[in-house]
Amino acid sequence: MADFDEALGDFAAEVGSDGPVCVRGGGTRWSLGGESAPGTREVAAPAGIVAFEPAEMTVRVRAGTPVSELHEELAAAGQRTALPEREGGTVGGALMAGESSVARLGLGLVRDALLQVRYVCADGRVASGGAGTVKNVSGFDMCRLLVGSLGTLGLVGEALVRTVPVGEVERWVRLPGADPGAARSCLTAASVLWDGTDVWAFLSGYGVDVDEDLSRLAELSAGPSEDVDGPPDLPPHRWSCTPEQAASFGTGNGAGGCFVAEIGVGVVHASEPQPERPVDPPVAELNRRFKERFDPTGRLNPGRDPLRKP
Amino acid sequence: MVRVMARTLAEATRRVLGSRRRDTRSPAASPSADAGDAALVADLEAAIGADRVRADAAARYLASRDASIYREGNAGPVCYPGSTADVVACVQVATRHGRAVSPRGAGTGLAGGAAPLGQPVVLSTTRMDNLIEIDLDNGVAWVQPGMVNLDLSRALAPHGVHYAPDPSSQAACTIGGNVANNSGGPHCLAYGVTSAHVLAVEVVLSDASVVTLGDLTAEPAGYDLRGAFVGSEGMCGIATAVAVRLTPNPPAVRTMLLCFDDVSDAAATVTAIIADGIVPAAIEMMDQRCVTAVEDFAQAGYPKDAAAVLLVEVDGAAGGVAIAGERIAAIARRNQAISVRTAADDDERARLWKGRKSAFGAVANVMPDYYLHDTVVPRTRLVEVLESIYEIVDRHDLLVLNVFHAGDGNLHPILAYDSRVPGADERVHAAGREIIEMSLDMGGALTGEHGIGVEKREYMSRMFSEVDLDQQARLRASFDPHCRMNPGKVLPSAHSCSDIGALRASDAAGVWG
Repeated sequence: MADFDEALGDFAAEVGSDGPVCVRGGGTRWSLGGESAPGTREVAAPAGIVAFEPAEMTVRVRAGTPVSELHEELAAAGQRTALPEREGGTVGGALMAGESSVARLGLGLVRDALLQVRYVCADGRVASGGAGTVKNVSGFDMCRLLVGSLGTLGLVGEALVRTVPVGEVERWVRLPGADPGAARSCLTAASVLWDGTDVWAFLSGYGVDVDEDLSRLAELSAGPSEDVDGPPDLPPHRWSCTPEQAASFGTGNGAGGCFVAEIGVGVVHASEPQPERPVDPPVAELNRRFKERFDPTGRLNPGRDPLRKP
Repeated sequence: MVRVMARTLAEATRRVLGSRRRDTRSPAASPSADAGDAALVADLEAAIGADRVRADAAARYLASRDASIYREGNAGPVCYPGSTADVVACVQVATRHGRAVSPRGAGTGLAGGAAPLGQPVVLSTTRMDNLIEIDLDNGVAWVQPGMVNLDLSRALAPHGVHYAPDPSSQAACTIGGNVANNSGGPHCLAYGVTSAHVLAVEVVLSDASVVTLGDLTAEPAGYDLRGAFVGSEGMCGIATAVAVRLTPNPPAVRTMLLCFDDVSDAAATVTAIIADGIVPAAIEMMDQRCVTAVEDFAQAGYPKDAAAVLLVEVDGAAGGVAIAGERIAAIARRNQAISVRTAADDDERARLWKGRKSAFGAVANVMPDYYLHDTVVPRTRLVEVLESIYEIVDRHDLLVLNVFHAGDGNLHPILAYDSRVPGADERVHAAGREIIEMSLDMGGALTGEHGIGVEKREYMSRMFSEVDLDQQARLRASFDPHCRMNPGKVLPSAHSCSDIGALRASDAAGVWG
């Protein structure tokens, strides 16, 4: 059982056991799942890296730490995490939003990256879920339940996150008129983006493998491939599709407007919002039961509902 | 052909297990067994057909235990549903009769998770073993829960893909059981355990409603109830269809056998490989006693004179595999490896893996009984952890064979013993307790892939606080407010809400007394 660090105790005291409360991170996905209800008290999660264990490939970090700051620290050891970097975005925010990075094919999913979580429950007490090891099935999986829960079941103070090695060579390339499916079949492709015409690929791995993939891709492109700094500008609205739907996005009725599709994944960034997705009534009922059990008075992040994502 | 083979292996496993303990108990011996269930059985038969319900002593006896040493399970009528509708009907009938429901796959679990408590209606998924659909465009296959893990990978082979989690029992264990236990296997080091490979699950809840948790889109809306369900040991509902992720077969694979004349050098090599930023597909370790048992049993070509061997596999694109292989060999030599061998071809590779996967069967040649732990420790502390295990086991005058997933710190110390020797059971339990305590003190976890079941249930309070356990109980109660699904598992009795009420009064004393 854990000895909690002092910052967690202070955070719990600030959250208290009464009245509507929410945690604001960087605010980069602040309207996800609805606006915060008026009158909700805002508290800040503690920040700072508690322990980075490069040989264990884990990092214990407080929720208020900016992801970019965390990754800067990990980069010195050639590592990073699956958490997406957004301007000012925090570790806690990334976990609660649950949205994976555009490079998820290489980095893995956010929901698989959280190994242990310490959080403040609705009654103000500190709870811990998961374990301090890279593998664990002891008891029910609180970590996966909390990822993507938008702070509606508990308020995250500290997380133990799996790290992944940075590739020996990493390159973003733009491939005019390339076949996105062929790019997806490259083993070093950590991201394949497609706007209906061109393909952007993020290749990460051993130099020899990246080179081989690049020469394969060059043959498949309509024009010469070019090195670019990163992904193209992504349209503002996030759609959750199947990989198959993403690969044929925009064909036919052109719904969604301008788009950039994550090939092999199913996320599509589009200029138009995704039409509301129907929720099966028994699933909605089950979601409601979880909220009621974990937060009987509805004080945690009122106004938000993960069923209304994205 | 596939099916015949799996059946044979399952039977072989059962025979080995059966020989491990001479047991005179049988459910027929308990007074309330058959007669009181006549109305229940009649209703179950009316709901799903008489050929799908068995209430005889033999069927109930077989359904009362799993592959653990737990022997207190007590099954009520055993149903063999063929469809989701059958499962719904069984849950409805059980509820009407005030009985709990315990799902069951192949019964290969090692923690008593499938051992029914309080004579619940047992739902065996063995007749729901079909591959429903392969969807290559979305990289997913829908399967029924009773499908055997290895049968799935064989069915997928022609498509150049596989299902990544590969427990040692994969020739017998089912996908539904894997979902219940969030099962692992050697290749989960790089690829992740079951939860990372399940995209959606169709579940029958305790109120007999059918829900699909998760979907095939990139970011399903709502709470990750799919994630909350996987690993819930049958206590949140019954999976009736599972959408599993298909993993493309790697174009290049290199399997290496690294031998050491000191266990500590092998453990240090594991730590150094991970620290170097290499992510092998698997790093398995066996100590000398285990290697000897395996060689005598499977003739895999391991050297019996090595104190420890590491079986390391890297896969991926050819260039990187070659580089990683060279780096691993260099690390091993720096750590005093006495030999470094790379499998020359698929045959040799298969033989090396056969040795690893037959380790548990091989123990039967050493001692009639074994007790297996599954703790996880930080992989940077393997050297001191192994030293502690040998010290504990010596002190209790027992025999230990170590075979485990070293790359993620997941230990499997096998305490081999003969339960006919007076006092042996007590010594095994005492040593097991010390191994668990030591693992937790090192910052570890109770179980890495076998689950808590009943065997590790009372240790949960050693790993989690009252608040933590209360939160877990809420997760369970959100799915199953009346604790009707596989009651009495995972959570220590103080946290299992109305579980006791869900058990039959006649049996409760036997379970908790």
